[in-house]
Amino acid sequence: MAERMIEFRDALREAMSEAMREDPKVFLIGEEVAEYNGAYKVSRGMLEEFGPRRIIDAPISETGFAGLGIGAAMMGLKPIVEFMSWSFSLVAADQILNNAPKMLYMSGGQLQCPIVFRGNDGAGGQLGSTHSWCVESLYANVPGLKMVIPSDPYDAKGLLAAAIADPDPVFCLESERMLSMTGDVPEASYTLPIGKAIIRRPGTDCTIVSFGRPVHFCMEAAEQLAKEGIDCEVIDGRSVKPLDIDTIAESVRKTNCCVVVDQSWSFASVGSEVAAEVHRICFDDLDNHVHRVHNDDVPAPYAHNLEAEMLPNARKICEAVRSVTYNA
Amino acid sequence: MDVTTVMSSSPSTQEAARAKTPIPGPEVLVKWLRDMMLIREFEVRCMQAYQNKLAGGFLHVYNGQEAVAVGCIAALQSDDPVITAYRDHGHALARGMDPKIGMAELFGRIGGCAKGKGGSMHFFDVTNHMYGGHGIVGAQTPVGAGLAFATQYEDEVINKRPNSRVTLCFLGDGALNQGAFHEACNLAKVLNIPVIYVVENNQYAMGTAIDRCTSAADQLTKKALAYDMDAIEVDGMDVIKTYCDMKALVDDVRANPRPAFVDMKCYRYKGHSMSDPRKYRTHEEEQSYESQDPIDTLSKFMLKTGVLEEPAIKAMSKEVRTEIRAAVKWAEESPEPDISELYHDVYVEQWGPYTGTSFPQFMQDESKGGS
Repeated sequence: MAERMIEFRDALREAMSEAMREDPKVFLIGEEVAEYNGAYKVSRGMLEEFGPRRIIDAPISETGFAGLGIGAAMMGLKPIVEFMSWSFSLVAADQILNNAPKMLYMSGGQLQCPIVFRGNDGAGGQLGSTHSWCVESLYANVPGLKMVIPSDPYDAKGLLAAAIADPDPVFCLESERMLSMTGDVPEASYTLPIGKAIIRRPGTDCTIVSFGRPVHFCMEAAEQLAKEGIDCEVIDGRSVKPLDIDTIAESVRKTNCCVVVDQSWSFASVGSEVAAEVHRICFDDLDNHVHRVHNDDVPAPYAHNLEAEMLPNARKICEAVRSVTYNA
Repeated sequence: MDVTTVMSSSPSTQEAARAKTPIPGPEVLVKWLRDMMLIREFEVRCMQAYQNKLAGGFLHVYNGQEAVAVGCIAALQSDDPVITAYRDHGHALARGMDPKIGMAELFGRIGGCAKGKGGSMHFFDVTNHMYGGHGIVGAQTPVGAGLAFATQYEDEVINKRPNSRVTLCFLGDGALNQGAFHEACNLAKVLNIPVIYVVENNQYAMGTAIDRCTSAADQLTKKALAYDMDAIEVDGMDVIKTYCDMKALVDDVRANPRPAFVDMKCYRYKGHSMSDPRKYRTHEEEQSYESQDPIDTLSKFMLKTGVLEEPAIKAMSKEVRTEIRAAVKWAEESPEPDISELYHDVYVEQWGPYTGTSFPQFMQDESKGGS
């Protein structure tokens, strides 16, 4: 099959457009998604194809349009709610955390909430603290929601398609820094299973687990470490919730070492959860305690050099792997 | 009917619109009286049950506001969605919820509308188009816009037919000061969504009098001007007036989809919740409203117009007491939810693909071993 290289943003759009062609219950609402063609051009051309009743420009009013999406989902529609940035979702926290993930439970199973919230997560590049949120650790704490974090165009299409098809609320965390990344993406529709990780690079000496954009830093680190004779297995979790701890544990049983790389802050985080589970399940297999690489525990700074230092990067990952494998 | 002009809140045009809505026949009036009595009795028994520790959590009763839920919901079609806040028993019962399953929910039993997982503040009855029961003040207002968006979308976009449904989204006057409400109004207007925000203006946000916490407290309809929304004031102590005003508005919104705002003037006889000693208002004030009691008002109207005789009203009251007593008994006899219920309804497929963390180990083992 010939390669079809498209951008991450195109892959997201394909997932949405295919779902919308298939099912009239799917619609997209968000700031600038229609006439502006998407603040990041993810929804470019969709207004033209689907019209203003299904591609809906929302006022700058996250609580309002997130809540509207939830009400529509309670009635059986399948809304896709775009947050220009997950940083802006904080003002809609009550809707996305209190209403969407708890509707099924609070109604005793009467009301499903098949909604997708999606948008850019993580530091976008010198945007300062308020615009550089990594919400995965905050939100993954809440029961009733699912969370996927694609790391390349192929996953972006497959995971978003799965999210739209899913009967529960799914948070899809994308990255502004990856939207222009190209990759080979099949033209045909497909979904990737939510809650299933993938091994990006097999290895024998150390398991590195990550999600989303930092997976690429892990791969970069693994190449460097290979030159030093440390053979890393890189696992892309793909979903934070459900977490595919089975795949991770299987790898750790083989490598006996584990580093978790998580672009959110360390305290009570996705990284600490993975580490706790690895310690619980692989206690007797571990040669060292799980090491973690996170954002430094500071608000995201503006200055280029400070931001670069604050985020997880290949250097920090290499240091953690050397340390966990007693090669430091 | 041109409700739009009415909405500029000219009392005379509103009067005219109401006059065009005929007062329903005896059967309907009898049903309203019974519904209001049923709600009152339900709440009285709830308070007792709460004091007897049969019900836990918070309890907010609806005594005094019965005409609002009954009159408004009478103006709806059976498939029009209704959503409200946490003082929700009245709306659920008026929408047709069996008092048994309401009481069982309050008691935290498996027979409850949400299998005992929601409680007093979260009454859901989807069969009767009752979409909760929401505990966070104002949080239901954007969701209400979403319900209305969906019914309109289903009609106009999917089925290519005119809008056929109207959503009633109730809120308290205290919710007027939540950002969510203002976002919902703006969004509903921009998208012309057929949702009516009924502000049950009982004059107190918990213990804070409306003029101490809400701007334009003497004329709440001014709030709607900011969103270019039609708005009316309604006497929520009189079920006939409530119905007639709401019917005109509901019919018009159905035909010409757009949001609207109702300042529904009413009064809650009891405290905000069971722990409220009502020190912030006078006994005289309470009595002045109790003397306009919606159940008494309708009873008197029916006696005067010969719809019912005194003995029939007494018999109805007795029948309602019997029904609610039976509901209490049924609820008490309903078992507590099985512990396994704790883990149901978190995700649509009980486990979904979720075999990882966060579930107790024994449940994980069960999910891997079983099915």
